[in-house]
Amino acid sequence: MKIMVAIKRVVDYAVKIRIKSDKTGVETSNVKMSMNPFCEIALEEALKIKESKLASEVIAVSIGPAQCVDTLRTGLAMGADRAIHVDAPATLFPLSIAKILKALVDVEKPGLLILGKQAIDDDCNQTGQMVAGLLNWPQGTFASKVVLDKEKNVATVDREVDGGLETLCLDLPAVITTDLRLNQPRYATLPNIMKAKSKPIKKMTPQELKVEIRSDMEVLHVKEPQKRKAGVILSSVDELIDKLKNEAHVI
Amino acid sequence: MLRAITLRHLIAHAPRSIYSCRHLGTLVIAEHEGGSLSGTSLSSIEAASKLLCKDNNSLSLLLAGTGPSLQEAATNAASCHPCISQVLVADSDKFKHTLAEPWAKLIHLVQQKHEYSHIVTASSSFGKNILPRAAALLDVSPITDVIEISEPRTFVRPIYAGNALCTIRYTGSNPCMLTIRSTSFPASASLDSKTNAAPIHQVDLSSFGEEGSCRYVKQSKQESERPDLGSARVVITGGRALKSAENFKIVEKLAEKLGAAVGATRAAVDAGYVPNELQVGQTGKIVAPQLYMAFGVSGAIQHIAGMRDSKVIVAVNKDADAPIFQVADYGLVGDLFEIIPELIEKLPEKK
Repeated sequence: MKIMVAIKRVVDYAVKIRIKSDKTGVETSNVKMSMNPFCEIALEEALKIKESKLASEVIAVSIGPAQCVDTLRTGLAMGADRAIHVDAPATLFPLSIAKILKALVDVEKPGLLILGKQAIDDDCNQTGQMVAGLLNWPQGTFASKVVLDKEKNVATVDREVDGGLETLCLDLPAVITTDLRLNQPRYATLPNIMKAKSKPIKKMTPQELKVEIRSDMEVLHVKEPQKRKAGVILSSVDELIDKLKNEAHVI
Repeated sequence: MLRAITLRHLIAHAPRSIYSCRHLGTLVIAEHEGGSLSGTSLSSIEAASKLLCKDNNSLSLLLAGTGPSLQEAATNAASCHPCISQVLVADSDKFKHTLAEPWAKLIHLVQQKHEYSHIVTASSSFGKNILPRAAALLDVSPITDVIEISEPRTFVRPIYAGNALCTIRYTGSNPCMLTIRSTSFPASASLDSKTNAAPIHQVDLSSFGEEGSCRYVKQSKQESERPDLGSARVVITGGRALKSAENFKIVEKLAEKLGAAVGATRAAVDAGYVPNELQVGQTGKIVAPQLYMAFGVSGAIQHIAGMRDSKVIVAVNKDADAPIFQVADYGLVGDLFEIIPELIEKLPEKK
């Protein structure tokens, strides 16, 4: 069984973002970019499954501009066997991404598609669910534990839901999206980074995959959220209780 | 250039969207438990009522499940908000658990029959799981985690962990599908205003077919007497500085005293002090209580994303430079192991 993992290149999670002066978006040039943290977890899970001999190959996929190749190299250095880069504008919405992923699944025929639960830039939390819907595959979203049973051809997934955990059993092929608690992604070692340079990255276009990019949304503007007014540092618990009672009226 | 594109879009889409708005309604996908609607569903009804206009004046509610508790929830829902014009009920064993596969199919089926202009649900783990799948089946782009409805097709949603607000216009075909952030659409207080109960209709499931690729196994819920984190009036959060699950109990004790819900940072959850579902932040719960008290929380971007809309923020931290103090209304620099007990002792009894 092959596992396909979708990877997104995003502004690094620790960067304090700046909004472009023309309010069209967030500044991404000359900003540190990294693999979306949830995608790292997705890739780690795929690698673990392969290491436990339940999968034969891990394919990393990224959709976006040319620099996505760097992110794919990181994925290859972590241990993915090969990569596919679909050359597309950075501004695609999840529906288009899901359609491209579906087309890639139709070509590669993986038994499992793993994605992060959300990208930390657009915070959409949609792509995995959408591609599962398009493929008519079952979905295990917000996974904190995945157990594969090769004989029965099922995946048992613990999901992080409001108020606790939910366990589902999915017939393969299936789509899984990863939550933070699923695993601890590994670091790429220097030898593996060197090795990754010789691993293949296939380049494709949406046209080759016969996916029509259609946008049904328009970003009108992006602005900063309202700043909170400066607070005060108090000197004692008594003062705090007094302020909460008599100034903020919250207790 | 940008202006030209915007104008062209306006010309291309405006007539169609006006036309498509006519005689159309909004569908709210609701969750229920124990015979009543969830709090987040009441928020989605509140949000949906903001979409009503003279061309879009009906608000339907879709409930699914099985057995008497579903029927009870439907009866309660029918008179829970003055704007509701009908309640659709899908009663089948297939909806016994909230699995995305049958739910998405159900939404697809209901949309094909009734052709709504909008479909709305809450950004709960239920809504986030099912709505995008249903949107893919309907070949439309969903808009998740909406915090403001500016116009029937223009919305504001946070991006980059809430560090930017993005205004989006939906220009696609019907339905326009949204998940809304419940804390931004508090359910109105006039909930028990008994208006005429809306009619309840059963959804015809004869064409539904079988769905067998996903099976529910079990659920483990944290039973707690404390208020729900997502809707609590006061939230007390502990971070890594609590050092152990044992120490976290003093946070819980303070929460008890204030009748508050307990939250945690990712660090506290990862260290095993408290279960996952208490995590507040970009990837956990988003809260906006009247009072948010953070103890031993440094204030990472991802944590602030989950609590920045709280009315009053209190931070207690040893480190005077902790970023949490930049968003706190009241800060105390000191040892939480001294401050929390003192607070417990000196705070007035909750009413």
